[in-house]
Amino acid sequence: MRLLEARGVTRAFGSLVAINNISFAVEPGELRAVIGPNGAGKTTFFNLISGLFPPTNGSIFFNGQDITRFPANKRVSLGIARTFQVTEIFPELTVSENLRIAVESAAGLRMSPWASRAARQRVADRVVELLAAGGLIGKGQRLVGELSHGDQRATEIMMALALKPRLLLLDEPTAGMGEQETRDVVRLIGKLHKDEHLTIVLIEHDMRVIFHLADRITVLAEGAVLADGTPGDIAANERVQAAYLGGTQ
Amino acid sequence: MKSLQDRTGPILLWLLLFTAPFWMPYVGGYTGLGTRVLVLALAAMAVNFLLGFTGVLSFGHAAYFGLGAYGAGMAIKYIYPSSSLGILVGVLAGTIGAMIIGAMIVRLRGVYFAMVTIAFGQVFYFVAFRWVSVTGGDDGLTGWKRVPLDFGFTNFDILHNDVAFYYLCLICLAISAAAMALLLRSPFGHSLLAIRENERRAWFLGIPVNRHIWMSFVISGFFASLAGVLYAYLDNFVDPRAFHWQQSGDFVIMAVLGGMRSFWGPLIGAAVFVVLQDKISSHTDYWMSILGLFFVLAVVFFPRGVLGMIKRRQES
Repeated sequence: MRLLEARGVTRAFGSLVAINNISFAVEPGELRAVIGPNGAGKTTFFNLISGLFPPTNGSIFFNGQDITRFPANKRVSLGIARTFQVTEIFPELTVSENLRIAVESAAGLRMSPWASRAARQRVADRVVELLAAGGLIGKGQRLVGELSHGDQRATEIMMALALKPRLLLLDEPTAGMGEQETRDVVRLIGKLHKDEHLTIVLIEHDMRVIFHLADRITVLAEGAVLADGTPGDIAANERVQAAYLGGTQ
Repeated sequence: MKSLQDRTGPILLWLLLFTAPFWMPYVGGYTGLGTRVLVLALAAMAVNFLLGFTGVLSFGHAAYFGLGAYGAGMAIKYIYPSSSLGILVGVLAGTIGAMIIGAMIVRLRGVYFAMVTIAFGQVFYFVAFRWVSVTGGDDGLTGWKRVPLDFGFTNFDILHNDVAFYYLCLICLAISAAAMALLLRSPFGHSLLAIRENERRAWFLGIPVNRHIWMSFVISGFFASLAGVLYAYLDNFVDPRAFHWQQSGDFVIMAVLGGMRSFWGPLIGAAVFVVLQDKISSHTDYWMSILGLFFVLAVVFFPRGVLGMIKRRQES
């Protein structure tokens, strides 16, 4: 069964149609890249899937359930987690505190005015695990706002993972990163995909990253799907060449 | 675990508060002044639970403060002369008020939220002002007195003994502060910090932000109404100014003056505010302008408040 499916999704802002009748499906365990020129509607499409705002038309299904009208927090509890193009973290809190909030929310403790010693210990252990997995050991007590761009992105990805998602949406995870940081993030994403069979949809501009990671690629242009296929198909597709690849290379 | 050094401040603070009735006369104070500090500190801490730790500015907490004050006074005057009943009715009235108003405004943000809280506060002000037969109108609610607390085995005479009433207020403040501190350290409290720091991230961590802001608003209203009850007991009197937006503004000033990111900041802010008010207003009617100047200087030079300034000194 498909994990995520969008059927005829449209989103208009006034007279501007940002997303025009997109249909899109992701299989469990897949790593899908969404590419397209600037203004193609990639981030808007992510916002529709993750619930920042609802579509004007069409419907979205997650694991067979219609989630078109669900608010963002409810989609998170169903298993959709995301990162943002501009990192969204808690800059004035430490890395550990950032992760702790995510872990507590995932553990269903967010409403709880009290936590047992055992529960607090489980949360602390999980935070340490996430620090290690994100390459953030030794930085737990630092304020996130003071860290490098790469470490901030890593923190945001680990916060998303703390939610134990079934679908992870990454909006330009390597944007603004140096060579080494990019390699680290790509390795992390590859590991999540291959070792933990996490379903991932990512928006990316860096072609090396995309062709290295993606099982399938969806090309958006002017709010619609231009092409959809394996990296080989997309590289050979003349329309994509004309609309996108040729234009940037 | 916090080091002992981190705790010296609060320990010192509580030692001072605990012994205040004995040393205050020697520095030109009196017990009633100390009680006033405690009561307004509780209200300022309640406002700061929302402002400093959820990131939501309410300019209308006088509504719940006033409901507590009038609820207590009217319960004693019209129902039965018992201080405990007054506390119960006052806190219940204020909390229910916060629940209803909170539910109506929780979707608003920033300046819109602040404006609507003022508007609701003023509604209560005009009701108290106009409904003379019940509230006493502009003259205030008079003809009642707080009643000694009878515990069966012992009698705590808060009516005739000002020091006893001071300690009742101190106990209320201590319990309230402990409850708020525990809440802020819990997972629920962490979710409030998350909302303050980055609302969008909070939503996308699965936190139902509006519901949590509502809960924080109600908790804050609960403690503000308890402060209101004690405020009415302090002078055995309450008038519509307890509901006025200026009263709400005073709470915010106390919180910002003391340092809204620090837990004890509002207590310090309330002490500075009340003492300045007491000392300057005996010399001039324009004491507010002096306090205003003080406030502006504090915000410009110590943006993290009095406590924030002291903390930075220690770190450097």
